[in-house]
Amino acid sequence: MRFTLNGREVSFEGSGARRLLDVLREDLGKTGTKEGCGEGECGACSVLIDGEVVDSCLVAVGQVEGCKVITVEGLAEGGRLTPLQQSFIDHGAAQCGICTPGMLLAAHVLLERARRPSADEVREALAGNLCRCTGYTKIIEAVLSCRT
Amino acid sequence: MPHVTYLRPKNIKEALQLYRATPRCRLLAGGTDLMVMLHAGALQPAPQAVLDVWSLSELKGVRRVRDVLEIGAAESYTRIIGSRDAQELVPALVAAARTIGAAQIQNRGTLGGNLANASPAGDTLPVLLAYDAVVVTDRRTIPIDAFFTGYRKTALESDELITAVRLPVGRNVQFRKVGTRAAQAISKVVMAVSREPARIAIGSVAEVPLRAGRAEAALARNDVEGVIAAVAEDIRPIDDVRSTATYRRQVTQNVLRELLDALARG
Repeated sequence: MRFTLNGREVSFEGSGARRLLDVLREDLGKTGTKEGCGEGECGACSVLIDGEVVDSCLVAVGQVEGCKVITVEGLAEGGRLTPLQQSFIDHGAAQCGICTPGMLLAAHVLLERARRPSADEVREALAGNLCRCTGYTKIIEAVLSCRT
Repeated sequence: MPHVTYLRPKNIKEALQLYRATPRCRLLAGGTDLMVMLHAGALQPAPQAVLDVWSLSELKGVRRVRDVLEIGAAESYTRIIGSRDAQELVPALVAAARTIGAAQIQNRGTLGGNLANASPAGDTLPVLLAYDAVVVTDRRTIPIDAFFTGYRKTALESDELITAVRLPVGRNVQFRKVGTRAAQAISKVVMAVSREPARIAIGSVAEVPLRAGRAEAALARNDVEGVIAAVAEDIRPIDDVRSTATYRRQVTQNVLRELLDALARG
């Protein structure tokens, strides 16, 4: 089966019932995608499938045949961080870092859809991404500062 | 995880053929329940194959057909929430869909999955009961009040596929979910209530999503205090990791009073 990963066509041979999360990390070397709970509660394994944020622990890899998948590695272009990624650094919005890839992808989708989201809209968009370090405030500030 | 074959049919006809012909085969839609259990090895008997119905076009769409809103079984909660028709015609279902998980789950979770999984805590299930929804399958229609037959058991036959859910338009249903937090919570009590006709449907308070029969009878008599007393007799809550029976009984009565007040205000 084939799908597009961060803009490049990739192919995968093996059971389509394997979790997209495992195939990304173990077969395709994209370890930016983290496993937290493995139950669709924490959002650490968030990726984008055709522009929608999903938990990759809940997706069978066969389901992404022909789809466009974006992981955190696909955000920066040519080694240049996106304004959102730079803002996370500038605001100290990451501590242990496990939730950060998922936070970035969920916030990326929000900022593509709503150019000036309110703080409540940011909280709702990130409600599926749990952080046990920061208390969320700096993450929300980092996203709000990227409004255009 | 032992090897599981992944099957992706092109259309509903092929899906039904494969479902019938493949032993120990489980249906896969958005995966929000099945993938967790599959990975944990928690499915009994252990499946040999998953049959992916997620992208079948026959299971998608939200469409009005005269006095009925029909929602495809594999349509995501995100699409239901975004549907003008759903917002206007079945707002309580939209309200319930918005309380399910967060964006990641709403992008993948489906009504067909919520029904087939038949968790007593399924957030849309009391709403479907309060609307007298009809479950459409490949071979028949099943009234929702005959659908849940026991703990995580349904009236579906072993090779039967849910294709859509039909809801009557224009019924005034109020919805409320009580969980640990606003997002990403599994409900402690989840309720949907209609005044006309009298429907009181509650989740997480019994082994199945429940219609509170005695309370509904009191509601039909306009006996509001009788409703509140009777609902405590209708439910069978337990102590578990998420809450206690005592708490659930009290919250059921409080939430029911609140929803009846909301309906009375119109």
